[in-house]
Amino acid sequence: MNSDEALEKLYRLAEEIYEDLKRGEIPKMKLAARTRNNIIFNNEYGVWKYGDAKITRSAKKLDGAYMLLRTLYVMEFIKEMIRDRKSSTLREMYYISEGWGLAKFHSQDESNKLAEDLEVITGHLREDFRLRPEEDGASVIGNITIEEINRKGQPRRINCRDDVGDSGYLIPYNVEKDKLRFVDVDADFVMGIETGGMFDRLVENGFDEKARAILVHIKGQPARSTRRLLKRLNEELGLPVVIFTDGDPWSFRIFASIAYGAIKTAHISEYLATPTAEFVGITASDIVNYELPTDKLNDRDIAALQAELKDPRFNTPFWHEEINLMLKIGKKAEQQSLAKYGLDYVTDTYLPEKLTEMGILQ
Amino acid sequence: MGIAQRMAKKQREISIAEFFEKNKQILGFDSLTKAMVVSVKEAVDNSLDACEEARILPDILVKIESVGKDEYRIIVEDNGPGIVRKNIPLVFGKLLYGSRFHAIRQSRGQQGIGISAVVLYGQLTTGKPARVISKIREEDVAYEVILTIDTKKNEPRVIKEAPLIWDREEGTHVEVTIRARYTRGKQSVLEYLQQTAIVNPHAQITLIEPDGRKVVFKRATDTLPQPTREIKPHPYGIELGQLLNMARSTRTYRLTSFLTSEFSRVSPKIAEEICEKAYLYGDMRPQELTIEEAKRLMDAFNKVRLMSPPTDCLSPIGENLIKKGLKNVLGSLKPGFYARPITREPKVYGGNPFIVEAGLVYGGELPKDQPVKILRFANRVPLLYQQGACVITKAVSSVDWRRYGLEQRGGEGIPVGPAIILVHVASTRVPFTSEAKEAIADVPEIREEIELALKSLGRQLKMFMIKKERKSKLSEKFFLVTKILPEIAKKSAEIVEKPVPPLEPVISKIMNVVWIDENVEKTGKNEVRVNVKVANFMPKTLEFKLYGDYPVGTLIETDGVAGEDYVVWDVRIEPLQYQHFYFRLGDVSGYGETNYYVEGINPSVVVGAEPLPGDWNIRLDVMEEILEKEAKEVGEEEQEIIEDELEGVEDE
Repeated sequence: MNSDEALEKLYRLAEEIYEDLKRGEIPKMKLAARTRNNIIFNNEYGVWKYGDAKITRSAKKLDGAYMLLRTLYVMEFIKEMIRDRKSSTLREMYYISEGWGLAKFHSQDESNKLAEDLEVITGHLREDFRLRPEEDGASVIGNITIEEINRKGQPRRINCRDDVGDSGYLIPYNVEKDKLRFVDVDADFVMGIETGGMFDRLVENGFDEKARAILVHIKGQPARSTRRLLKRLNEELGLPVVIFTDGDPWSFRIFASIAYGAIKTAHISEYLATPTAEFVGITASDIVNYELPTDKLNDRDIAALQAELKDPRFNTPFWHEEINLMLKIGKKAEQQSLAKYGLDYVTDTYLPEKLTEMGILQ
Repeated sequence: MGIAQRMAKKQREISIAEFFEKNKQILGFDSLTKAMVVSVKEAVDNSLDACEEARILPDILVKIESVGKDEYRIIVEDNGPGIVRKNIPLVFGKLLYGSRFHAIRQSRGQQGIGISAVVLYGQLTTGKPARVISKIREEDVAYEVILTIDTKKNEPRVIKEAPLIWDREEGTHVEVTIRARYTRGKQSVLEYLQQTAIVNPHAQITLIEPDGRKVVFKRATDTLPQPTREIKPHPYGIELGQLLNMARSTRTYRLTSFLTSEFSRVSPKIAEEICEKAYLYGDMRPQELTIEEAKRLMDAFNKVRLMSPPTDCLSPIGENLIKKGLKNVLGSLKPGFYARPITREPKVYGGNPFIVEAGLVYGGELPKDQPVKILRFANRVPLLYQQGACVITKAVSSVDWRRYGLEQRGGEGIPVGPAIILVHVASTRVPFTSEAKEAIADVPEIREEIELALKSLGRQLKMFMIKKERKSKLSEKFFLVTKILPEIAKKSAEIVEKPVPPLEPVISKIMNVVWIDENVEKTGKNEVRVNVKVANFMPKTLEFKLYGDYPVGTLIETDGVAGEDYVVWDVRIEPLQYQHFYFRLGDVSGYGETNYYVEGINPSVVVGAEPLPGDWNIRLDVMEEILEKEAKEVGEEEQEIIEDELEGVEDE
């Protein structure tokens, strides 16, 4: 029934546009400014959400006018999908817009952005608009049994250690309870891993069984469904979540988007972010302590680190120390640089040391 | 010591050929390609100077023929007053004859070693004599003279001299064969003549290249430059050698009368004061002045207060003609913008009057990613060499062009962009960095004037860019209100199932301008009809006066009220209405565009016309304010986009 509510909100938007025109006013929409300066910490959820700063998209400007027109078309499209009990991917919507004349999207970025804008304006998720992302193939390996409702509407049980191949259980785009249920789990914590190479290394070394861990390959900047799944594992099963990434400014942002909420999706942070998630590494201190092979920071890296120092999400002693240290040594390192000490070093030495220090392993 | 004195002194000691050989570089013959340009330049400068002195519109033919490996015959022919027969050998066969070193006036000839040096260079490098034909109006026949230079005595050696039937009424034809190399492109004869044509729009110059290609720089105006006037030297600018020479050759008997009669701005009272401060008797004979005394006299010059030298002896090109010259020569590059050229007020440095002029063109087919081209001129002569050492280049580099919309690293150096900057320095004595006279020295007074002129051009450029941006924003808005807005209205009406609302009030709120636009229609040979459209996108009825200018004497008919060179319409226009006006012109070829002016309306809401009367700076402020306001509105959205990029979040 969320869909009907979402549709109702979109209808109100159309009505406002119409009323503005009728009164001789320039039609406009107000939405939260999606900037680093406009995210504030929400005590209730322990995540970062948009503040009160608003921006106006008005028909006075070409961009704004296109947005209003497209919103009207998208609204009509959603109405039809609800009527026909269909849903579409964001990419399909982009192609469907071919028939919308001037409202046609010129790139998928435009259609994705509009979907986000509509979320921010209406407070509904794009799933409520019957829009979904493409599959992105993030995967899980570990001793957890889930039940997924498959496309035939049948429940199907899968153990993510025994019933899957080497690539693990693929996370579907919808991980809500109506689609995915946790049946049984025998593990102590969840570890999100940035790169495929490291995920494969931990799987091959049997780290999931040795350390009683559920390994989640988050595939770079994690999709919403991956972040949502991490949150559910954490909240519903009480499993601590730790994140293991490369040691560079971009990986720090991956962690921030998981633990604190991403700037782009701060309107749904309470739904996606896992405030208790912890960062394993690679930290700047790791680079120094483990004498890891490194690359030099480039100009973009340095600018990114400096931006992070101004980012309210990173405003903690831990992060300021690590970011300043990285700027000082001018170096970054990949997860896989641990292989300097042999293929088993990461599972036999590095992770046990770090996880023990964090109190995850005894 | 000046080159004249140095050369005269050396002449006594060594043969002139030897001197030439040793000083090739000073004289500009240091490379084969440069020898070509310098030779043509000497001949053409002579022709232009002669024509102007005789008040004749110059028509000059330059022909280069290849006669062997690295050997060319240069032919320069003009329609000038000609040279009297007995002077021909002296002008072409004696170095430094008729030089202008003692004449205090603005002239081209000041700059070169002279045509005789070209004759000598040809003789030394090819062994071939020079051939001259010249005819004066008063004689029935021309005279042909073939000559070389006696390098021991610095005297002409005439090989042949004979009368000749020539179909010209007057003029001079020079042929010199020299060792040189002909090139095109940078620092070539073509570039030299092209730049000469820009600052001499009254001249017609034809070039026939060795391969037979013909390039014509057409005359763009029939107005000759103001004749330059000779003035007496001003005490502040005098050199010791010059002072001694003047003292020796003066016909006065007393030092005080020497000072008052041979210098400008020296009154009898001031002359007394100078003598007193130099500890010299005013009654002494100036011819007996010793070097020591002359030095004291020069010190004394600087201790008295003197009026600046007269400046009416200078002949600037003028704003109008610079624009014409640039348009004439660069028109094929279709620049989008010609700044109104700047002619500064005359100023003085070290006792020498000078004047700075500058022009700028922008856009069109000029390269966008290259440093701007700087055209440097001294007394209407292009300077092609030693760009980096020149005060003009230094002034261009020290202006922060980023403020005016050009790219420039760190706000200094030669800016990058599709622009050409022209700077002309005219003076009775241009201070060159060296005897080669290829660059102007960094004199603070001159530099300041150049910078002021450049900044004034820069402001115009900025203004042009602001207007262009505004116009493109407006055409965007026009698309918005005519295409997208009706769609929004239609779709939203469909969704709420109500009738489509009228859009006029919203349209005028979004546009909020008066738009003036023209369309030039060719209606016959040299006849055009200019259709003017005025659109009121303001939410209220407007009344104002609209002026359109046209070239004097071309108007055939109009629906407005005709003035001498403008038409004026009384406009009364309701919201979201168009009005059409027109005027027809005859006797115009290649009509460009009309300048429109408005009166009785806030000019900031008008696009396509200027306020009347105009004031650049005030308008610039108004426009900048409007644009800043508009920029602010989009600022927030833009910031958001930047943040997204920084975040680097690929959500799906």
